[in-house]
Amino acid sequence: MVQPATLTRADTAGLAVSLRAVTKVYDSGVAALGPLDLDVRKGEFVSLLGPSGCGKSTALRLIAGLSAPTSGSIGVARRGGEARGAPGIGFVFQEPTLMPWTTVRENVRLPLKLAHAPAAEANRRVDAALNQVGLAEFAGAYPRELSGGMKMRVSLARALVTDPDILLMDEPFAALDEITRFRLNNDLLALWRNLRKTVIFVTHSVFESVYLSQRVIVMTSRPGRLSAEVRIDAAEPRSEEFRTSADYAGYCREVSNALAPSYSGRAGS
Amino acid sequence: MNSLQTPPLSARRAAPDQAGLRLVRILLPIVVLAAGVAAWELVVRLKHIPPYLLPGPIAVFSTLIVDWTVLSQSLLTTLQTTLEGFIAAGIGGIALALLFNQSKWLEYSLFPYAVILQVTPVIAIAPLLLIYLPQQTAVIVCAWIVAFFPVLSNTTLGLNSVDRNLAGLFQLYGASPTQTLLHLKLPSALPFILGGLRIAGGLSLIGAVVAEIAAGSAGAGSGLAYRIAESGYRLDIPRMFAALLLLSAAGIVIYGLLALVSHLVLRRWHESALGKEN
Repeated sequence: MVQPATLTRADTAGLAVSLRAVTKVYDSGVAALGPLDLDVRKGEFVSLLGPSGCGKSTALRLIAGLSAPTSGSIGVARRGGEARGAPGIGFVFQEPTLMPWTTVRENVRLPLKLAHAPAAEANRRVDAALNQVGLAEFAGAYPRELSGGMKMRVSLARALVTDPDILLMDEPFAALDEITRFRLNNDLLALWRNLRKTVIFVTHSVFESVYLSQRVIVMTSRPGRLSAEVRIDAAEPRSEEFRTSADYAGYCREVSNALAPSYSGRAGS
Repeated sequence: MNSLQTPPLSARRAAPDQAGLRLVRILLPIVVLAAGVAAWELVVRLKHIPPYLLPGPIAVFSTLIVDWTVLSQSLLTTLQTTLEGFIAAGIGGIALALLFNQSKWLEYSLFPYAVILQVTPVIAIAPLLLIYLPQQTAVIVCAWIVAFFPVLSNTTLGLNSVDRNLAGLFQLYGASPTQTLLHLKLPSALPFILGGLRIAGGLSLIGAVVAEIAAGSAGAGSGLAYRIAESGYRLDIPRMFAALLLLSAAGIVIYGLLALVSHLVLRRWHESALGKEN
């Protein structure tokens, strides 16, 4: 496992994640990413938006330490006492990525089990995490017995159970139907308002990115670079009203326009 | 309108159809068996075929009862050999797969030999084993040689089929190799391992029988296969059939037991054990 460098100077500046000239070239020779510079403040909700194959998932995996950058440096703020053993990062994948052979409860408990957390504390935290995503009564169910949206909630609960400072989400709602997706969008925003975690959210949906984020980072197609950055200064808390407001439509148009070169550039190459 | 009405109609009819189909699927083989046995008995009687050429089913059954002390003893011997070979194959196959999974070098060095052991007919290896090993050991080794490969290759396949994202998750949370093995790799591989064991069950019986026949022709042993060989020399054909019947029944029971275990272990989560209505 590649441990991301610990932030020192940047940490004091209130940054949660800091990427400097990060590139990733795969063994096959495909340049997936960069060079990319990105700063995310603590408690910020940032979306990475781009066409598929633009390296946004790669960026997320690099931040999580799941793969190593080819060049450049990645800083991730670590919390003070690492006594709890678990890293300060929660990761939600595109698919729910649950263990089918065990219950919802055991799936959510996994990060604590791997960190050898005491059983009593683990139980308390698993219950709390399941409550946060509204799945307390499904603790004994097996993943196959749940709907797609519920599986994603379990995945979210598992990411939250270690109480991470940073939540990395890789197109988590892409495979869900729109109604479920909207509900989970609202639930995620509510969680973010309550818990004030740093969220980096990868998506290819303009509408989702505008609805959720404080800042949308638009990326070019392969190799992924930063092509534009749009601040979404909508009044908090956001709700379904925001989704139908003129402001929202305006932001969506702005982000779509920023995204357009990424697609035309790809068509030209 | 018509198309709207059709689904409930067919759905209502589906339930009794399914139950009927299940009954038919049980009844048909039984009817075929009964007809076959009756035809067999009839032909033997009508043609006056002597029992040393072809005994009728009634003669076979009465032999089974009369010789039960000898045959049941032999059945136990064969079953014990099979069980020992099966356990050795299960442990050996899974352990080898785990070793191969930990070290590619080991896999590259040894896997070809596992294949060679598998593709060389065991009936050709058995006489050699009987020369170098005590008879009981040789028989178990034979059962092991035939049965371990499906366990090895299935377990290897299972260990390599771990969800990439789940593996990433374990990495993210700093799981140790032991934790990854116990909580990720082995559970992921479990359906594959059980599939391998199900094949290995039948194969270890075959291995035991092959070795017994090889050993039997060398003039020793007391398993069912040896009884078949011995009865053959004595032209005691009814007993040959009776022993064969027992072997066949043993194979069916072994397969059924392993299928049941597999179903019980996987029924809560694995696709293979779920009903179609899910």
